[in-house]
Amino acid sequence: MRNLWIFISKYNAFFFFIIFFITSLVLFIRNNSFQRASVINSSNEVIARAYETVNEVKRYIHLSVENDSLAAENARLRNQAKAAFYNDSLQQNSVSDSINKQQYTYIVAEVVNNSIHHKDNTITINRGKRHGIVKGMGVICPSGIVGIVLNVSNNYSTIQSLLHSDTRISASIKESSAFGSLMWGEESYDPTVAVLKDIPNHIVVKKGQHVVTTGYSTRFPKGLPIGRVRRAGIKGGDSFLNIEVQLSTDFSTLQYVYVIKNILGQEQEQLEAIEPAK
Amino acid sequence: MIRIIISNLIRFAALVFIQVFLLKNIGYYNLATPFLYILFILLLPFETPNGLVFILSFFLGLSIDAFYDTPGVNAAACSVLALVRIIFINLTVQRQGLETEPEPKLGIMGFRWFFFYSAILTLFHHLTMFLLETFSFSDIRYTLIRTALSSLFTVSLILLSEFIFFRKKER
Repeated sequence: MRNLWIFISKYNAFFFFIIFFITSLVLFIRNNSFQRASVINSSNEVIARAYETVNEVKRYIHLSVENDSLAAENARLRNQAKAAFYNDSLQQNSVSDSINKQQYTYIVAEVVNNSIHHKDNTITINRGKRHGIVKGMGVICPSGIVGIVLNVSNNYSTIQSLLHSDTRISASIKESSAFGSLMWGEESYDPTVAVLKDIPNHIVVKKGQHVVTTGYSTRFPKGLPIGRVRRAGIKGGDSFLNIEVQLSTDFSTLQYVYVIKNILGQEQEQLEAIEPAK
Repeated sequence: MIRIIISNLIRFAALVFIQVFLLKNIGYYNLATPFLYILFILLLPFETPNGLVFILSFFLGLSIDAFYDTPGVNAAACSVLALVRIIFINLTVQRQGLETEPEPKLGIMGFRWFFFYSAILTLFHHLTMFLLETFSFSDIRYTLIRTALSSLFTVSLILLSEFIFFRKKER
């Protein structure tokens, strides 16, 4: 008996090998016939969970590809959506009145492109020549003025926004009726602030006074709100006031605008264009 | 002692993870498939008792089998591997001089010894595994080619990983 023990412990590696090899073989052969009933396969919960975790990581890695395909699908669906089609019905408000002859009519338009961060900002609207829009018309929105029509195509027009370095709009201070011209982008490019120039410095301007359109140009009716005085001061060596105006139009959220059609505008312009007789 | 146990545990987990989630997807037309996980058995310290070597090999094989859905195949191959390992070390290493060199690593044992050690052990492991997998001698040529190519792949991976974690012992 003792000798057997010694023999076994001397060649223990071999006996261990026999034990484990036989065990594996038994496992192997038994599970070949009942593989699915076996515990040791991937239906096992722990292993399934491990696979699931790795799959989640894989999914995360593929997110950017997923995103691209979703964005492409979104674009395809958007093409079919209602907003992708051009709405051709025109709303034009005019009043028939026999005492007051209609001078201005308004054409509703939707803003389809807008910018506020450049030096010369323009806006595109979805109304054009077909709807009666002509170059040079004024454009307003419910809270203030927007700009002047710059170019017109059949279905679209671009507007030279108030936030454009070439835009000059005749404006006055409501409380004192002094008038000057409003411009933007001379020193600062803040889309909420414009500068009112050419108001003589004997006029007292206080903070908070209203700035409105004058009606001297044919583009805007008289008295449309533009904004409020934010700061008034004299620039060194200048005899005119330099008034900062807080604009009432929020250009960054502009959605619907009205294009002003002045029925008598052409007549006024023709008259003013006649050379003075010598 | 504790350090050796912990480092071996980490190695076990890491090798199983790499084998199951990375190397399982790598292969050359089912001809050459790497089985890097046997590196764990290769790197067990010399002083590990024979029984422990067998138990660890068996469980390593079983855990790989669990992921591969091949119950027993890897476990059997690992048992063969453990036996070959014990015989090989008995034949080539003098136990007396090894008190300071506890682990059979490339940096400690030298390239020649480690290359033969890993090549022979890998060959036996792969041969057992592929024979069991096909479970017939009818297609023995294909099995042998698979064994040879896979062993080549595995040995290169083992040597590569040993070179990456190579630390020359100062003598």
